[in-house]
Amino acid sequence: MSGIGRVLVAVYGVLALAALGRSFVQIVQKFDEAPLAYALSALAAVVYVIATVALVRSGRGWYRVAWATIVFEFTGVIVVGTLSVVLPGLFPHDTVWSWYGRGYLFIPLVLPVLGMWWLAKHRPDAAPAESPLAAAERPAS
Amino acid sequence: MIEWYTWVQLGVAVAAGLLCLVLGLAGRQPSDLTIGALALVELLLVAQLVVALLAPAFGNAPSGSVLEFYTYLVSALLLPPAAALWALLERNRWSTVVLGVAAFAVGVMVYRMLQIWTVQGL
Repeated sequence: MSGIGRVLVAVYGVLALAALGRSFVQIVQKFDEAPLAYALSALAAVVYVIATVALVRSGRGWYRVAWATIVFEFTGVIVVGTLSVVLPGLFPHDTVWSWYGRGYLFIPLVLPVLGMWWLAKHRPDAAPAESPLAAAERPAS
Repeated sequence: MIEWYTWVQLGVAVAAGLLCLVLGLAGRQPSDLTIGALALVELLLVAQLVVALLAPAFGNAPSGSVLEFYTYLVSALLLPPAAALWALLERNRWSTVVLGVAAFAVGVMVYRMLQIWTVQGL
């Protein structure tokens, strides 16, 4: 992780912290009011933390974790964002993804795109091209 | 929470954020100036913590959620040291930008804290 990628990690870290903090407050204070929204907030927060860690770590495994978490976030913000606009009754309480992350300056919408761009440009150097991947996918004997 | 103090704090955080962002994008490594700006942001947050702890005893109580207020305050307190630590480990232009990001994030959090204290729950 070098160059402008550090800034990406920093923004991810801040978002992870913000989502974690808010989710903590929601669950402690009023989980009963909107279990779905608040459970989703908590899940999103944990995924942001994992994404931040995965972006910092190097190696093929972490690279895949980074992809998986960032794609998950992007799907989340698109699906929940759209649902919150089309069917507001489903999410009466804010989640990090409601209205495409409006409560977080739309950072949840923009960040996964930047993250995917970053990952696509910085594939881990796979020394012998295909073999480690194939080996990793075979069940251990 | 003292309202004017909070506005000053918000101004300092935004100014520090702009300073670090501009210097970082101009290619400067973290310096005494930029690290110092973050130290000032942190110092103001510590003072804010003291004020927040004492204010209710003087009839100045938060209108909104105390738990939410302190979650923001504690999160904000973590940011400048984390960014500064990073800046000391990796001395390049992007660490200066990261200092700016941290300062801006503190600014946003301070603004939210002000809302929680003054208008939330009214």
